[in-house]
Amino acid sequence: MAYSEKVLDHFKNPKNVGTLDKSSKAVGTGLVGAPECGDVMRLQIQVDAASGIIEDAKFKTFGCGSAIASSSLATEWLKGKSIDEALAIDNMTIVEELALPPVKIHCSVLAEDAIKGAIEDYKSKNA
Amino acid sequence: MGDKRLIYLDNNATTPTDPRVVDAMLPFFHNVPGNAASRNHPFGWAAEEAVDYARDQIAKLLDADSREIIFTSGATESDNLALKGVFEMYQRKGNHIITLKTEHKAVLDSCAKIEKMGGSVTYLDVDDKGLVNLIELEKAITDKTILISIMWANNETGVIQPMKEIGEICAKHGVLFMSDATQAVGKIKTHPKELGIHLMAFTAHKMYGPKGVGALYVNRKNPRVKVTAQLDGGGHERGMRSGTLNVPGIVGFGAAAEIARNEMDADAERLSKLRDKLENALHGAMEEVYTNGCKDHRMPHVCNVSFKHVEGEGLMMTFNQDIGVSSGSACTSASLEPSYVLIAYGLGDDLAHSSIRFSLGRFTTEQDIDDTIEMVTKGVNHMRNLSPIWEMYKEGVDLDAVVWSEH
Repeated sequence: MAYSEKVLDHFKNPKNVGTLDKSSKAVGTGLVGAPECGDVMRLQIQVDAASGIIEDAKFKTFGCGSAIASSSLATEWLKGKSIDEALAIDNMTIVEELALPPVKIHCSVLAEDAIKGAIEDYKSKNA
Repeated sequence: MGDKRLIYLDNNATTPTDPRVVDAMLPFFHNVPGNAASRNHPFGWAAEEAVDYARDQIAKLLDADSREIIFTSGATESDNLALKGVFEMYQRKGNHIITLKTEHKAVLDSCAKIEKMGGSVTYLDVDDKGLVNLIELEKAITDKTILISIMWANNETGVIQPMKEIGEICAKHGVLFMSDATQAVGKIKTHPKELGIHLMAFTAHKMYGPKGVGALYVNRKNPRVKVTAQLDGGGHERGMRSGTLNVPGIVGFGAAAEIARNEMDADAERLSKLRDKLENALHGAMEEVYTNGCKDHRMPHVCNVSFKHVEGEGLMMTFNQDIGVSSGSACTSASLEPSYVLIAYGLGDDLAHSSIRFSLGRFTTEQDIDDTIEMVTKGVNHMRNLSPIWEMYKEGVDLDAVVWSEH
């Protein structure tokens, strides 16, 4: 199976790889997937308390090229968005942007779940 | 496939056709166009003569009688013919077949079909090295058992089963012994008579011959084994396999067999050294690297390695512009199930997802291996830098205690 140019680009030069301080109140962490299933995504957001804007996002992913590209793309999209805007990111927009084939749609679902997980974690810390 | 030098380490999937084989085949497309079954003109005679010659070349490789070689379209057809053909032919004797969970799908799916046709099949476990338990095998035999089907060498790991001992058990109990020897023939010595094998499936394209032609060895004496034909037609191949013979393919198969007979020992010696170099270098360069399957009973050109906390298909993407290998990861399959072979060896799903199969071949060079070591090491390090579970592992997190969200 050949990958799209966009998947290859994110895979070779992933954006925003890294780790934020998960104990910080400003950071929300979403960890989804399982090693047994062949993919685990950890997506983190750092939110500016005053504006409510996501000022930084980082990821690490264990998985195939599409999983890595989906999470890399998600972090790019998250930066500069408000929490509500971030919640509106839909897995199908990731599918379209990366031209993922049907067998790889679960990678985009995982990315959406990771975004939602990170926001939930941030909200519970700041409730 | 432009000018860039590509490294092919997927010889268990298929081997490049040896140029000497191609040369042998070429006259049989146009210059010698006959049908080997045309018995009444020179075109047919020439084709038949070429097929007979190839049959002899193959029989010599197996130390068998040329009348014991039945040509087919490939190993999948040979497996189907052997299993279903024996099941139909020996129905009055019994309906029970014993095989392994680690067999190729051509065997497992034929067995599943046989179960639907009223047969009974026992699928035996293997140990953590991938080897059959001979005591369990013997215990599984009943008075209804007609056939034991055990592959010579596994396609994913190269693990070689104890064929001699299995043959002795079959002889003791009067059960037919069939082997899918696709990965072994032409690479190591495979003499069925010496080991009590009655049926043996193999194919040209795993031994530097062309795709689309295979064979089934059918033992001719003591006992005289018969299989019910699965294709109806002109009654070719002693009534066991109808269909016009693939003359150029068979000529190539024969040439490949003769080259293998002359060169396989030297190939095996050279390739096992290169394989060991690759395997040792990968183990030496990185931590948490595991070899899957028994290292003491293994094909000389194969190694199957897991790189913990790295997903196999993702890892392949780091170097698949340059190197062709296979992975036990299931990321491309809709089922999300990793290799059933490695799971049967007792590997966790995580390690199975992390596996890469390197299979070397006659045209693999030392430079290929040196480049592969460099690119794979770089790829594993890249993927581990991206891997949250590698980070957790390095921080000392007990990964088994983490509650994962299965999906």
